[in-house]
Amino acid sequence: MTILLLALLAQVPLERIVSADKEPGNWLSYSRSFDGQRHSPLTQINTTNVANLKVKWAYQFSKPGNQTSPIVVDNVMYISGPNSVAALDTRTGRPFWQWSRPIPSDYQSIGFGRTNRGVAVLNDMVYIATLDCWLVALDARSGIQRWAVKAGDYKLGYSFTVAPLAIKDKIIVGTSGGEAGIRGWLDAYNARTGKQEWRFYTIPGPGEAGHETWKNDAWKTGGGSTWVTGAYDPALNLVYWGIGNPAPDWNGDSRPGDNLYSCSFVALDGDTGKLKWHFQFTPHDVHDWDAAHVPILFDAEVRGRKRKLIANANRNGFYYLLDRESGEFLSGRDYVKQTWAKGLDDSGRPILLPGAEPTAEGTIVWPSLNGATIWFSPSYSPLTKLYYVAAREKSSKYFKSEAEYKPGTFFAGGGEQNLDPNDEWGAIRALDALTGQQKWQFKLLTPPWAGLMSTAGNLVFASSNEGNFFALDATTGKPLWDFQTGSAITSNPISFNIEGKQHIAIASGYTLYVFGL
Amino acid sequence: MIHFKPTMWLRSLTLALISWQILNAQSGRRLFEAQCALCHGQTGGGGKGPSLLKPKLNKAPDQAALEKLIADGIEPEMPGAWTLSPKELTQVAEYVRSLGSIPPESVPGDATAGKEIYRKSACASCHIIDGTGSGFGPELTNIGIRRNSAHLRQSILKPDDILPDGFMLIEAGQTKGIRLAEDLFNIQLMDASGRLHSFSKASTTINRTRNKSPMPAYTKFPATDLDNLIAYLASLKGSAK
Repeated sequence: MTILLLALLAQVPLERIVSADKEPGNWLSYSRSFDGQRHSPLTQINTTNVANLKVKWAYQFSKPGNQTSPIVVDNVMYISGPNSVAALDTRTGRPFWQWSRPIPSDYQSIGFGRTNRGVAVLNDMVYIATLDCWLVALDARSGIQRWAVKAGDYKLGYSFTVAPLAIKDKIIVGTSGGEAGIRGWLDAYNARTGKQEWRFYTIPGPGEAGHETWKNDAWKTGGGSTWVTGAYDPALNLVYWGIGNPAPDWNGDSRPGDNLYSCSFVALDGDTGKLKWHFQFTPHDVHDWDAAHVPILFDAEVRGRKRKLIANANRNGFYYLLDRESGEFLSGRDYVKQTWAKGLDDSGRPILLPGAEPTAEGTIVWPSLNGATIWFSPSYSPLTKLYYVAAREKSSKYFKSEAEYKPGTFFAGGGEQNLDPNDEWGAIRALDALTGQQKWQFKLLTPPWAGLMSTAGNLVFASSNEGNFFALDATTGKPLWDFQTGSAITSNPISFNIEGKQHIAIASGYTLYVFGL
Repeated sequence: MIHFKPTMWLRSLTLALISWQILNAQSGRRLFEAQCALCHGQTGGGGKGPSLLKPKLNKAPDQAALEKLIADGIEPEMPGAWTLSPKELTQVAEYVRSLGSIPPESVPGDATAGKEIYRKSACASCHIIDGTGSGFGPELTNIGIRRNSAHLRQSILKPDDILPDGFMLIEAGQTKGIRLAEDLFNIQLMDASGRLHSFSKASTTINRTRNKSPMPAYTKFPATDLDNLIAYLASLKGSAK
């Protein structure tokens, strides 16, 4: 009977993901809901009882430093590692099946670690994007491969670490490789067959809008990776995705101009991949501040008018609020210490301060190379109307050097030097989602590398480099519970139900922990 | 036809050799800055990847091991440099090894006499050399390959000025010690007697002192004794065991 029930329920038509709030006990896509909010409507674990949270089970990966954000569908949890997926029994953590695909011996990850941030599910299939650029569809019940398509050439630096996003009947996947001089793209594949449906080049070629922001042949190696999962508005049928840095990273001499669509959010038609609008946070970036972020979508009244909004606390140190129908800039302000811009003008373009560009001798700028925040997820709570971000307070000495493009090697043109570690720290910050104004902060010892989840139990779950997984009061930032996981945490938390009871999951080091009351 | 005098010929050869070495080092540096600096920092001081400013790298103790490591990479974080030629591998490895090495120097003083100063001054009550002593302070077994004589002199005369990154003296309630570990909610210390302590930060008053070494400044050594002590420390190149 139970087996039959599992078989019947383990189907995830798109409608279930669109209406994710109707089944808060599941976690059906990367950020749970298409709006990127990473907010759980579950309330059993709340401010009054979170102090009693205990480990219920753990699962051991074969590699350390896991970044997977699990998907939970009807008592099955899907987790991933580099080129691997496992389907776990949510009651015990024991695997129903495991799948892996060999990483080619000549594969090299250029500019990032060998990692994977999660899978997508749609109908009866699970989708994994591999380091060597395969998008693979697995049968959700057995883990057996249904189809696989090779989307890019890893020998040129293209690589997948992203969790794909299932929209409509398509699987969206983006590429890493911004330090290897790739020409980035975002792809959509037919979920049933694997046929490519569209490709959006993040660096426009001749004849395409935005190409005029590049000179000579720089666009051919212009970067613009797409390595963090985006968001989707089913009503507008728009896919929102963050675009990475231009290449070479720290030496912009060969690429004068704004270098669209690097360091931008783009809104693409879900059917065709055509660009609806773009907003560039950092024109002509020379600090590697790619917009590698999960966009957060919410609706609210702005200046007397009900708006569909998109928000982002950016790697460059500024918080932005845009209209997600048009891309219009509505407001922005810095949310960390930054020393490169005087502020934003009326269109949201940064007003640059002199002397912040990398040099041969080194230039000290806040924030650091890895930015004020980066790939790990922020969260938005519709209850508190706060945008939660794990913020990094750190500077770098930025260097500029020669950059020569050789296929499949670093094309960076410089780098950073770490400064006094006593001068760097971090914080979990709650920002007014409409203004970016800080409401509270919980200080961290070091700049974080892990994401957040808010819950309707009025909690924010967060992590530290020192191994702490902890819960804060979503209204005040007061710590209410903590657990030492034994490893620096570099992942995003989720929440789901096991037999009707709320649980929380986080990957830390080699281990996936699941907590319950 | 041009004839070189033997001395000129020798001088040219020496100059060529020096130029070759400089070129090699420059190539190593250029490769490092293009391919390695992204993670290890422009000057090797670390970033996403670890600092390379060490006399001996744990994972690659010699030139051959380092060349192999650079070629192969370290899974999962460090890519292998599969596009570098053997010559380039040698150049970049030589450059990396030069980053943390101490230039050879002649240290005045008598190491044997310095060993006696070390014994009489009870340095072993806080330091371990080759397994002997107490571990409150840094181990000195191989201090001679890690620090030059100027650094050693300063660490004896002005220890507060050269504390390691993140070093902190902690007063947790009534207990004083050096910080061994800390996370958001707890802190671990060693007191001067070597006892280990753990405190919850929520229920303990924590005072921190960042720029103070528990080691007193030894300013009263006669100059010869100080030279001898430094010569002894500089002679410590690691345990034979």
